[in-house]
Amino acid sequence: MSHGIVTPGATFAERSRAALADPELQGALTNLHRRLDTARAVAETSPELKDRASSIRREVLADLDGWLDRLAASLERVGAVVHRASTPEEARSVVVALARERGVSTVVKSKSMATEEIDLADALERADIETIETDLGEYIVQVADERPSHMITPAIHKTLDTIAEVLTTRADGPLPTDREALAAWTHDHLRPAFLRAEMGISGVNFAAADTGTITIVTNEGNGRLCTSWPRTHVAVMPVEKVIPRLVDLATLLPLLTRSATGQAMSNYLSMITGPRRDDEMDGPDELHVVFLDNNRRALVGTAYEDMLACIRCGACLNVCPVYRRVSGHAYGAVYSGPMGKVLTPLLSQGAEGRELPHASSLCGACTEACPVEIPLADLLVRLRADLREPGVLRPAPIATGGSSSPESTGHRLPGEGFATRAAAAPLVPQGAHRKVGLSFAHLSFAHLSFAHLAFATWSRVWASPGGYRATSALGRLTKGRWARRLPGLTGWTRTRDLPLPAARSFRERWAERTNDPETRSW
Amino acid sequence: MSDMSPEPGLDPNRRRPDGPTVALFVTCVVDQIAPDVGVAAVRLLEAAGCRVEFPTAQTCCGQPAANAGEPEAAGRLARHMIDVFAPYDAVVAPSGSCAAMVHHSYDRLISGPDRVRAEELSAKTFELCQYLVDELGCTDVGARLDATVTFHDACHGLRNLGIGDAPRRLLTAAGVTLVDLADSETCCGFGGTFSLEYGDLAAALADDKLAHASATGAEFLASGDSACVAHLEGRRRRTGSGPEPIHVAELLARGLPAPVSPTP
Repeated sequence: MSHGIVTPGATFAERSRAALADPELQGALTNLHRRLDTARAVAETSPELKDRASSIRREVLADLDGWLDRLAASLERVGAVVHRASTPEEARSVVVALARERGVSTVVKSKSMATEEIDLADALERADIETIETDLGEYIVQVADERPSHMITPAIHKTLDTIAEVLTTRADGPLPTDREALAAWTHDHLRPAFLRAEMGISGVNFAAADTGTITIVTNEGNGRLCTSWPRTHVAVMPVEKVIPRLVDLATLLPLLTRSATGQAMSNYLSMITGPRRDDEMDGPDELHVVFLDNNRRALVGTAYEDMLACIRCGACLNVCPVYRRVSGHAYGAVYSGPMGKVLTPLLSQGAEGRELPHASSLCGACTEACPVEIPLADLLVRLRADLREPGVLRPAPIATGGSSSPESTGHRLPGEGFATRAAAAPLVPQGAHRKVGLSFAHLSFAHLSFAHLAFATWSRVWASPGGYRATSALGRLTKGRWARRLPGLTGWTRTRDLPLPAARSFRERWAERTNDPETRSW
Repeated sequence: MSDMSPEPGLDPNRRRPDGPTVALFVTCVVDQIAPDVGVAAVRLLEAAGCRVEFPTAQTCCGQPAANAGEPEAAGRLARHMIDVFAPYDAVVAPSGSCAAMVHHSYDRLISGPDRVRAEELSAKTFELCQYLVDELGCTDVGARLDATVTFHDACHGLRNLGIGDAPRRLLTAAGVTLVDLADSETCCGFGGTFSLEYGDLAAALADDKLAHASATGAEFLASGDSACVAHLEGRRRRTGSGPEPIHVAELLARGLPAPVSPTP
């Protein structure tokens, strides 16, 4: 990632501390909360839509390769060219080659997390191709040489004052700290870029396999210009964006916009079926669609498959207490918030974001908010286990057919809507018992962290009542005091007093009550 | 049940002869850090007519290990839990989080033949307030309190158990003035190992919670999990701001009539 991750620090702990201490960011949080709360309030109103959308997304995952083949055939039928890229490198090469072959000197981009994921703008700039982000928030972030801090509202971490300062660096004189004026300036400033660009690059919100129609939602109309004015349109599409039928948009689009911004529908909706035909006035001469895998297809059939149902609405970010306190840059990755904590280690197969699954209080607000019922909190817990062993993360396929079904649970709770693979899969990694056993037997601790040994030992002691009682005798020394500082637990005591075991445990008091008639009445 | 409680308070020594027998799963946190909450839970259950048993072999549900990504260790403790509580018809815990651990995670922690036993334990395990109100239909346990209270919905009870208004109904029936807490469903920042690994962030979330609680003017910030209460109190002892965090059972039990000594 060559873009600067603006929040300093090598770990999430350091970056989140820096974020908490950053007056600019904390000043922007009020605005952020207001914006996010609006989205949240509207997102909560449509359980039936959620059910239908979740079913559609699982239908895709049940046969992802099949739907991709059907989509590719439809795209080719309508005159688009399909490119399949396994890695970010391949995807970048495809796009840079397309631009070079056509002698492109300027590219306009609409906002797309997929192009962030593959660092496309940087690759184009390195190839001496001017690349301009045209979404207002994304443009601000590009000028500031940062990453988006939120996948829907990229510059939400910035105050209006800072935005004016940032944009002023591209203006002839100081710009006013006025929302409308800044938007108008950017509109006028970017217009010539649209006119001179020979290539427009977009992401894809959904791609319908039956008609080969790719759909893009925006609020500024920049997406429509990017995809219709330049002669060549390149759409970068993560493979899971495929949907079976065009009619599924009737379910998925309102769900996406409600969950993302609280809008019943976005201001602009572009449905693109192939390049301009001979009898049409508008549209590009060529349409290229780049299918981006980047380790996604390997997740199908594993306990992490549900993550591919994600529609990038940002609802989990909007409700996450951690995200709301530190904003997106603290995550040090393209995708932030709860979905980013799951997706980052999965897409990189453990090369990036290994600590991110731990940076959660597991409150479950994300699971509850997710419009396509991804059990995000459960996936975080599962990743914590699967990331213990150093090295490449390669989740193994698992069998379906767990006993839990929505009907059998009585009342439905978040994350319990579907008998998903995640719900059915045992939490103990395959072969883990054997591995741990061997390691103990041979005293081969190389792959075992201190935490693993500590929990293994602790659980053995506490799985016996005698062992538990022995450790709980500590209370006689600590007598229920509060510690202001405790070596080994400074992570806690740096910010809070720590309660120590009480002089008499509950079980001791229960025993006294049972044995002594005087204390029978509590 | 509530209409059977004589006003103004129920004699805690009066037992309904047909009251159910429940096994108290006190949880390791309450056992060692907050034993008063365990005593309160027993008093409330008895006030509601239950016969309470305490299986002394119980230890910990395994949640610290499960959430740390150590499912083998968690499974070891889960199997012990299942053995200990197998003989009972109902298991009640003064913790939404520990009850939710049994409910939400045991079927994935335990595979093989024990899985059925895990599901049996899930089906009969309840959080205290949920058990009193939703299972027994007892909203008024006979507690009477003159206090202004605001309530924080601790996460796992709220989202994994679906605890709704049970704690609030108990508090209201006890006569407290209940004031709404802004963002009452937002995490307080405890989160187990999270609060050790990311202490600053955990404290920032506690500050938000305590600030919202302060704004209500309440004397008490009640909640259903002792770990969350301890985290909030630990922060409050540093900053000096916010009402007193307290476990809802402990608060309610303060309003029960004083115990009558057994006749010699």
